[in-house]
Amino acid sequence: MTLSTATEAAVAPAVPEDADEVAPKKRLPIGAWLSIAWLVLVVFLALFADLLPLHDPNVSVASKAELAPGEEGLWLGADGSSRDMLSRTIYGGRNSLGIAVGAVTIGFVIGGLLGLFSGYFRNWIGKSLAALFDILLAIPALVLALSLVSVLKGDPVQAPDAFRLPTILILILALGVVSIPLLARITRGNTMAWAQREFVTAARAQGATNGRILFREILPNVLPAMAYIALLGVAIAVVAEGGLAILGASLDPPAATWGIMINDGKSAMEDAPFIMFTPIVATFLTVMALNYLGDLIRDRFDVRESAL
Amino acid sequence: MRLIAQRLIQLVVVFVVVTLFTAGLISLVPGKPENLVIPFDNTPGQTLRQEFRESNNLDDPLPVRWAKWAGDFVQGDLGNFYSASGGTPVRTRFDQSWPVSVSLILYTQVLSLLVAIPLALWAAYRSGRWTDKIINTFAFGAISLPSFAVALLLTYYLGVQMGWVPTQGYVRLTEDPGEHFRHVIVPVLALSLGQIAVYMRLLRSDLVATLQEDFILMAKSKGISNGRVLWRHALRPSSLTLLTVTGLSMGNLIGGTLVIEFLLGIPGLGVLIGETVLRRQYEALQSLVAVVAIAFVLINFTVDALYSVLDPRIRERTT
Repeated sequence: MTLSTATEAAVAPAVPEDADEVAPKKRLPIGAWLSIAWLVLVVFLALFADLLPLHDPNVSVASKAELAPGEEGLWLGADGSSRDMLSRTIYGGRNSLGIAVGAVTIGFVIGGLLGLFSGYFRNWIGKSLAALFDILLAIPALVLALSLVSVLKGDPVQAPDAFRLPTILILILALGVVSIPLLARITRGNTMAWAQREFVTAARAQGATNGRILFREILPNVLPAMAYIALLGVAIAVVAEGGLAILGASLDPPAATWGIMINDGKSAMEDAPFIMFTPIVATFLTVMALNYLGDLIRDRFDVRESAL
Repeated sequence: MRLIAQRLIQLVVVFVVVTLFTAGLISLVPGKPENLVIPFDNTPGQTLRQEFRESNNLDDPLPVRWAKWAGDFVQGDLGNFYSASGGTPVRTRFDQSWPVSVSLILYTQVLSLLVAIPLALWAAYRSGRWTDKIINTFAFGAISLPSFAVALLLTYYLGVQMGWVPTQGYVRLTEDPGEHFRHVIVPVLALSLGQIAVYMRLLRSDLVATLQEDFILMAKSKGISNGRVLWRHALRPSSLTLLTVTGLSMGNLIGGTLVIEFLLGIPGLGVLIGETVLRRQYEALQSLVAVVAIAFVLINFTVDALYSVLDPRIRERTT
């Protein structure tokens, strides 16, 4: 369960090592190349899905439902509504990744800034911000995301005239808000560690302003940690979207995400398990590639993970 | 004593902030709350909706409404679950459903630790060797597989193909212990797999660091067996991070349980929370989120207290 890797990252033991002794550049392991290749493929397909010779992902094209893979020229078969599984997997990946990347961007910018400030300014504002992150983390992330989706979706029947965001934006916002305290906490921990270094004192002695110290001295050092958490965050968000889809709170039909496809495939499990397997494999490979690259960044930059 | 007072204040602050946050969130929903919570009012003259407005103090400003809600909450009143025919106390359903989720989470934590600790010891002992690499690779894969995917795969292989376990539903331990355990196999394994991997990786990296320490060398030089060095000398000082994460992972486990319960039709707290959200029973939701947040904070306090049991240095500092 990738959700747990976030807690792992939040409290993993810090290995206080001098960052000047960065390990000599090693060649990338084969796993890194495989991960990059898979992610490039998925992102390429997501970006250029419209230009590829694919069937419409939301229209029935097969002669019957649950068509086996390879028949009628459909490489991955057809789902319970006779739709092309290949094109649904590609468009589903586009939605899943789009939601995840959007959400993490929100968390990265807002949570990152809040964490940077609360880690640098150790006065009551910084401390109360830190306390607020901890408190918000007491609400289980999925419950909070589900509530946000429900609140932002509103009720089209009871309040038909109310302003309503497109569902995909609602999902991005909901998962983004959930990721803010998590990213803020980790950025804060790293900022606190870097703010005590000699070069920060030196900069301050030279009369550098707080803004300059924060953005020119500390931020560049905190970025590797944030990049690691961001990669992890995209993986977590892809899984979280799957959870929301199972709870029936993802995109509206007939749109596809990997989570929605897994949920759809569930009911056809006995006769056509491949409908469920395809999006599971896609999710698994994507999450694994992101985790792998995240770990690599963490190890290479000697990221200080402790947020305590 | 000071520590306990501090903790209590912390708990109250969490309660106030979390519930005010939920209350604020709920007031953002466009449309009249009574229409959202009760989409169909079959009572003559829509008296149900009127009653709902009054019983939830919707005509009061937000702080007053919150104070009245909090007053009810501390007395054990979690609000009502409304349908077209009237409201039923959430408390009744809560009392039935929380033991289900708590037992699932408990089984998961116990199983995860039981598997993760020996694996971590083995991997740390064989650090850098093949055993270590194989265990780590499997852990890495397990972390990347969402628990709902594990649940579906297990349901397919163990349930549909083999017919060993039921694919849906739940039986209480008090009704039929055998059936109970047959029903919890899939959810507990699904929740545990990722958990085991997380715990294993953490404990292993701490153990590898501990095994470099002088006192381990000392113990070995005294001729103490490897097993005893690992279990008696290395495990305890290495287990602090694991303990923290066990507490913190409760939040994720609650989220994971929610999805798994939904997926497998297990009538636990997760399904109750999911239903309150999807049927827009916001008042009930506020109470349930408060309960979960309080439980989460209390668990982590307990974890903090266990620290001093494991580490004598902390024990001396607090006394």
